[in-house]
Amino acid sequence: MLRAADIKKNFGDLKVLDGISLEISRGEVVALIGPSGSGKSTFLRCMNHLETVDSGEIWLEKDCMCRMTDGRVRYSSEAELRRINMRMGMVFQNFNLFPHMTVMQNLIEAPMRVKRESRAAAMERAKEMLASVGLADRGGQYPYQLSGGQAQRVAIARALCMQPEIMCFDEPTSALDPELTHEVLAVMRDLAEKNMTMVVVTHEMGFARDVADRVVFMSDGVIVEQGTPEQVFSSSNPRTMKFLQMD
Amino acid sequence: MVIKFFNNPEKMENLIRLLMQGVGVTSKIFFLTLIFSVPLGLAVALGRMSRRWYVNKPISFYIYIMRSTPLMLQLLFIYFLLPMVVPFKMDRFVAVIFSYVINYAAYFAEIFRGGIESIPSGQREAAHVLGMSRLQTFWRIIMPQAAKRSLLPCTNEVITLVKDTALASTVAVVDLMTMAKKQVTSSSSVEPYLVAIIFYLILNGIVEQVCKWVERKMNYYQ
Repeated sequence: MLRAADIKKNFGDLKVLDGISLEISRGEVVALIGPSGSGKSTFLRCMNHLETVDSGEIWLEKDCMCRMTDGRVRYSSEAELRRINMRMGMVFQNFNLFPHMTVMQNLIEAPMRVKRESRAAAMERAKEMLASVGLADRGGQYPYQLSGGQAQRVAIARALCMQPEIMCFDEPTSALDPELTHEVLAVMRDLAEKNMTMVVVTHEMGFARDVADRVVFMSDGVIVEQGTPEQVFSSSNPRTMKFLQMD
Repeated sequence: MVIKFFNNPEKMENLIRLLMQGVGVTSKIFFLTLIFSVPLGLAVALGRMSRRWYVNKPISFYIYIMRSTPLMLQLLFIYFLLPMVVPFKMDRFVAVIFSYVINYAAYFAEIFRGGIESIPSGQREAAHVLGMSRLQTFWRIIMPQAAKRSLLPCTNEVITLVKDTALASTVAVVDLMTMAKKQVTSSSSVEPYLVAIIFYLILNGIVEQVCKWVERKMNYYQ
């Protein structure tokens, strides 16, 4: 469904992504793990067009984000990119809720402005999504009134309100203490059970082991190995073993 | 000091009436400058942040000139020199408004730029992944937050503007300052200045209260 082919990206002289190819099927939950600086977050950000790649192709089914022509990467038009972005949800480490809007306004802003939905329709779905993350009674509050775990759950609900086909998570629990981490992971587990396609950059090995269908281990801008959680967590690859022992 | 007004109700009333006329002109300069310089300042801020060098470089230069030379000099320059360049005759009042607007726009622009650039990039990114256009992102997400952050420095600027209106007297626009000066000259008493001081205090007292009110309005989130 989502296909990235031979993605390369440099920050100056630093090769952050050195030829990453990854294909994600509908309904699959993929966990991207690896040491800090391995490029997994950058890769996810490229998928969401928050970074541009230096070379490689990204396709969401038949919609092209970027492709190679004559040896150079070419991005699609702004409108096309927005259409692709709308099909993908993204959850950030720092939540990035809009602080000047209530929870409800955060949730209905994009459906109303981008999808041109009526306020009533947008609010109805927003309420549903808030309930599904266990925050049905928080619609009228501002982000500063929420705990980190609640804020992150609102951010997940906000992404879901656009009815994305894929949900991307960029270290969604890294800013949270263990207790709050738990409530966010519970919501994500829930999503996985509902067959949402998910790409999760995470340091939560427990989550990767229990929830992911596939674990992808990255290091130094390349995919070292991938497979089912069982395969990767019992890997005999020295690089993978070193990382998992350190964790 | 010779007391000429404070012990004479009739003269005092006349003085206050004349100075109130000046306050009228001062307020006119004040409001016209604000009305034009704030939107212009926003446009300048956007131009200053443009990635195209042929936009941001000239605008940087314009801001540099406006902030690095005295407003009085700018005012005189525009009043005396511009009529030689432009084909129409420039009224002195228009010259004052014109120079104040382009001067204050530069200051407001830098305040707005600071406000806009202080918004964490995560806000833009969140809007982007939700599919919002750049225009939507700017007006719905960035601007409301930047406005709140710009408010305090803007209050400073607005208070300064009330005082800067006094420079209009350099080109003989009869504002509060000019009027006070005239009365001092004709009466050889400094009492009109004292009354003018009180008027400026009242004006800025009002400005401060209004700014505080807007601040409270914007304090619905932290």
